[in-house]
Amino acid sequence: MKRHLISAADLTRDDAVLILDTAEEMARFADRPIKKLPTLRGRTIVNLFFEDSTRTRISFEAAAKRLSADVINFSAKGSSVSKGESLKDTALTLEAMGADAVVIRHGDSGAPHRLATSGWIGGSVVNAGDGTHEHPTQALLDAFTMRRRLVGAEGAGLDGRRITIVGDILHSRVARSNVHLLSTLGAHVTLVAPPTLLPIGVESWPCEVSYDLDAVLAKSDAVMMLRVQRERMNAAFFPTEREYARRYGLDGERMARMPERSIVMHPGPMNRGMEITAEVADSPRCTAVEQVANGVSIRMAVMYLLLGGAEPARPAPAPEGGAASRPHAGGSRTKEDH
Amino acid sequence: MTEPDDKTLIRGARLLGGEPQDVLLADGTVQEIGRGIEAPGAEVVEAQGGILLPGLVDLHTHLREPGREDSETVLTGTRAAAKGGYTAVHAMANTFPVADTAGVVEQVWRLGKEYGYCDVRPVGAVTVGLEGKQLAELGAMHDSAAGVRVFSDDGKCVDDAVIMRRALEYVKAFDGVVAQHAQEPRLTEGAQMNEGTVSAELGLAGWPAVAEESIIARDVLLAAHVGSRVHICHLSTAGSVEIVRWAKSKGWNVTAEVTPHHLLLTDEMVRSYNPVYKVNPPLRTEADVMALREALADGTIDCVATDHAPHPHEDKDCEWGAAAMGMVGLETALSVVQHTMVETGLLDWAQVADRMSHRPAAIGRLEGHGRPVAHGEPANLVLVDAAYRGQVDPAGFASRSANTPYEGRELPGRVTHTWLRGRATVVDGVLR
Ligand SMILES: [Zn+2]
Repeated sequence: MKRHLISAADLTRDDAVLILDTAEEMARFADRPIKKLPTLRGRTIVNLFFEDSTRTRISFEAAAKRLSADVINFSAKGSSVSKGESLKDTALTLEAMGADAVVIRHGDSGAPHRLATSGWIGGSVVNAGDGTHEHPTQALLDAFTMRRRLVGAEGAGLDGRRITIVGDILHSRVARSNVHLLSTLGAHVTLVAPPTLLPIGVESWPCEVSYDLDAVLAKSDAVMMLRVQRERMNAAFFPTEREYARRYGLDGERMARMPERSIVMHPGPMNRGMEITAEVADSPRCTAVEQVANGVSIRMAVMYLLLGGAEPARPAPAPEGGAASRPHAGGSRTKEDH
Repeated sequence: MTEPDDKTLIRGARLLGGEPQDVLLADGTVQEIGRGIEAPGAEVVEAQGGILLPGLVDLHTHLREPGREDSETVLTGTRAAAKGGYTAVHAMANTFPVADTAGVVEQVWRLGKEYGYCDVRPVGAVTVGLEGKQLAELGAMHDSAAGVRVFSDDGKCVDDAVIMRRALEYVKAFDGVVAQHAQEPRLTEGAQMNEGTVSAELGLAGWPAVAEESIIARDVLLAAHVGSRVHICHLSTAGSVEIVRWAKSKGWNVTAEVTPHHLLLTDEMVRSYNPVYKVNPPLRTEADVMALREALADGTIDCVATDHAPHPHEDKDCEWGAAAMGMVGLETALSVVQHTMVETGLLDWAQVADRMSHRPAAIGRLEGHGRPVAHGEPANLVLVDAAYRGQVDPAGFASRSANTPYEGRELPGRVTHTWLRGRATVVDGVLR
């Protein structure tokens, strides 16, 4: 794997499968009485959040702590300095503090890329969501959830699975990361949205596009409903909430037309009554809560693989076949190797 | 420094790329052109086959003074211009305060005159404060010592159709021209880069070609309707070219410029998220670049204008969304034109002189510039070593700012000498 995780587009299939498999190992620890691993003891991970996102920050924080890393939360939102100055100056501060990894959430697309390539810091950079660009760990946890529910085997991808992503694709970093990652893992992705909420240029993405939700539901192994901000209607992206919900929302009637073992996903927070009804959100098919739990495992795996912990992730040899053949995640690597 | 009555003999220069000849400059004019000219006492410049062109004229320069002297001043900007081979620049009006009164344009004009590196022709704002609401005192700016002939709200579009119509009509009284920054504001709210496959991937808000083209279409129709001339700043799309071509085929009085960077760079560069590529209008696609080159070659686009837009380091040393838009261009323009137009066979050197000197001077109604290199003409000249190859190094810029997209890139050609009315402003690539 590379030193940073900026974009799901940068992940090869082997990278992605390695992260998912490592996350399975991490998930097994979560079921033990003592959830902590000594792997990243003495390492410092900074959560640098320029946008509020308690859910994502807590998930990264829990992941880092379970790996015994020292965690610093740095909320830069509302800083009086101009945006640009504060990213660079903050980066230099973190560098001086010896951050081994910076988890960054920023409202500007490309900010993590700048942080990783500008020479401001030497540690690893993990993109926790940048503008309307990408949110790679969200896509990884989504893929992890799908693999568990729809495939059920480690070492595998999502070959042949049909995934439908519905909603505000234009403004969604989750959709961008998922399209890249899911296609890398062999899934067939279909985007569904009103034409106003699809980017110009979407035709070059490795997926299909439909304006008609009902036409694709019956052929979907998973349907991912994206949050749609009500304010979008003020910019004429759609006429009214009601019309949006009627054409692109998922209700019980529509869910009934999905294949039997198919799932409904949502990255949260949900807008009940808008893109999803309470009936669907609370049904056993909906994996929203599971996704949150899986998020911690995925973020543990990402940090473990990027920082190459001093201790092996597994105290004992892997129980399943296949696991032994994958590249060992830097069991003996030390910080000096970077 | 050479006094105006001193003589300079340029030996072995290729006029407009032709056969080597000698050129004698005296009393600020071209006194003699021929072979084997003897001029005892004259300062001799061995051109060694360098290309001699009329001094370049820029219709679109941001000198930033008054107000943003941290990024450029009239002094540093005109020094950069001289180094790039320019003998006249048009200073854009979006300063602080805005150049919307006779007082501000005269101040800028006087500073240029005082420093003497190149002639500074201020551009006057079309509307008060560039706000697009009320016409500025266009007549007063024209009548001032600065003699303003080009009016522009550049940086902002005159988007109100009635204001644009009135401005186009009003400047007819003194043969002025309105230079439009064509950008429909509602279609470009929050826009960060060209809207297309790259913006879709990068998640940067798109800046559609139609936002430029719809304004150009409206304005050529308005100009035709009221019988005025209109100039289109920094054309950047293939569609804009088509509209200007159509308007010219109707015989309407429309002129247009293209920047060097739009002749070379594409939105693919934005994948780096490096704000040095952030510019207004944005870098477009390869197909647009090719259409612009072709249009400059066939004359649909009249001239090259730099849109030299200096910004301090901190305004580019940040994330994309927070960065300022613009690139410096005076010191690399001729090299980029040589690379994109001459070395591709699209223009010869005589046509470069036309697109970078003659036509911009004509559009700006600028006297004494853009003249033929001929006996009795003002000695505003530039000598270019076209065989030179070198990497762009902003550390050597005369500009106060270094926001060039070409750092480290190899480009051909180098200005060795620039003369302003017979007086050398640049000698052997060094400012006098
Ligand atoms: Zn402009």
